[in-house]
Amino acid sequence: MSHTMQWRSLWRLGLLALMLALGLALSQGALAQQADPGREAAFAVPAVDADLWRQVKAGETGPNYRDSRAESTYNLVNASGETWRQIRERWISPFGAIAVLGMIAAIALFYLLVGRKKLDEPRTGRKLLRWSLVVRSLHWTVATLFILLALTGLNLAYGKTLLRPLFGDGAWAAMMSGTKLIHNYLGPLFGILLVILLLRLLSHNIPKAHDLQWFAKGGGLVGKGHPDAGFANGGEKVWYWLLATAGLAVIVSGFVLDFPNYGQARDTMQWANIIHAVGALGLTAVALGHIYIGTVGTEGSLEGMTTGYVDETWAKEHHNLWYEEVKESAVPEEQIAQAKGPSGSSPQGSS
Amino acid sequence: MATMKFMCDAERCIECNGCVTACKNANEVEWGIQRRRVVTLNDGEPEEVSISVACMHCDDAPCIAVCPTETLFQRDDGIVLHDKDLCIGCGYCLYACPFGAPQFPQQNAFGERGKMDKCTFCAGGPAETKEEEYQKYGANRIAEGKLPLCAEMCSTKALLAGDAQEVADIFRQRVVQRGHKDGGWSGNPRADADSLAYDASQQG
Repeated sequence: MSHTMQWRSLWRLGLLALMLALGLALSQGALAQQADPGREAAFAVPAVDADLWRQVKAGETGPNYRDSRAESTYNLVNASGETWRQIRERWISPFGAIAVLGMIAAIALFYLLVGRKKLDEPRTGRKLLRWSLVVRSLHWTVATLFILLALTGLNLAYGKTLLRPLFGDGAWAAMMSGTKLIHNYLGPLFGILLVILLLRLLSHNIPKAHDLQWFAKGGGLVGKGHPDAGFANGGEKVWYWLLATAGLAVIVSGFVLDFPNYGQARDTMQWANIIHAVGALGLTAVALGHIYIGTVGTEGSLEGMTTGYVDETWAKEHHNLWYEEVKESAVPEEQIAQAKGPSGSSPQGSS
Repeated sequence: MATMKFMCDAERCIECNGCVTACKNANEVEWGIQRRRVVTLNDGEPEEVSISVACMHCDDAPCIAVCPTETLFQRDDGIVLHDKDLCIGCGYCLYACPFGAPQFPQQNAFGERGKMDKCTFCAGGPAETKEEEYQKYGANRIAEGKLPLCAEMCSTKALLAGDAQEVADIFRQRVVQRGHKDGGWSGNPRADADSLAYDASQQG
């Protein structure tokens, strides 16, 4: 038994030796081929394969990634820039233009078809204080800044297409430098003042159950008569909360873009730019509606924000619940005119 | 018309940063700006590889598409230049560029960006006089019939610059000389499917 085992293992050993010798001979041949002086070493840089380059493009680089540029935050290939470009060029630019121009067209059409919302009853001549001097000052400062920022922002987005052909190089350069200075320097001021204005008006804009009724009646467009409204009606509350959400997003993203000295990465600024553009173009479109309703669209609204006072009739028709609260404090027109006096200063009040 | 392109042969780049230095010197680039950089992947590991990167003078340049002032423009020979008089420092080109080519001096308060600077393929830029051109953009070697200094100075001739067709021909020749089908980027197990260089070696 044990003899046969020994012979078998010897035979195996011999076979193994033969295979080893054969393998050595083959690999010798391969080495000789590699050493061909006419060719560079076949595997000078091993394992730099397509997968590695895909990783590089995806930004997945290992700890031993080096960049000879000081404080560089870049990858070798930064693919996110193309995503940002496509979102900006294919979606934001065209749809932003459609939103703003569409709103202008819609307002013009509404004005032609429905026309100005006049007061149903004649004015009583008795006035109610609606907006204090502080709120009016804040409103008009924020409004002026909003218009300046909207115009400069639109110029940054569409000026190259719309205005560039009209300008020579010199005038164009000066105009665009001015645009950027106005936008970047007044932006933070707008942000701070808007937040103060929003805080000041918060108590008037808490959503109430009757706001749903207001929306159901389309703010008075559907059916007869005015729906219930407190100091602020449903539409005004929507405008308030749009500013308090989208407006704040625009402000925060604007700060991210305006102060590139806090080490925020390029990807962060790409997203900030997208949020900023979408929010700002949307708000610009809605602001056009706000401007229309507050000026040409509704009789008796604008004087509230300019003089601070509105007529009793206007209050009764547009803000009936608020009117019920404050109707005792109505004062005749002549008294206000007298109180202003020859100096023209308007009385202080609280809203 | 020729189309000017850079190409860096990663098989040859030895990360000497000579191109970076040559660029700085040729163009007197301002403090804090480095138009060319060398990126090394897996530094110190067996598969270490380096590549020199600057503006790639893209055919469909994203920076030109997004610039709100038409600061960036492309010459007929494909070189992407910038007009410093028009730049407002908005940073959009920086957001769009895949290679991190546009840079901004940020010496002002709150990191406010100055006028953008980037590789000009040593072709200067728009200016009234030669002196103004050099001061704003650096050398205009192309006007003198020379190629960018980074590529001219490259000690291993890893960095190639010039007419795209000629650069491609040189690279194709190299791949054929290397004598293996994945001579473009070594060690690629999917070379048959992936590598343009493989096609080149078949045609060679």
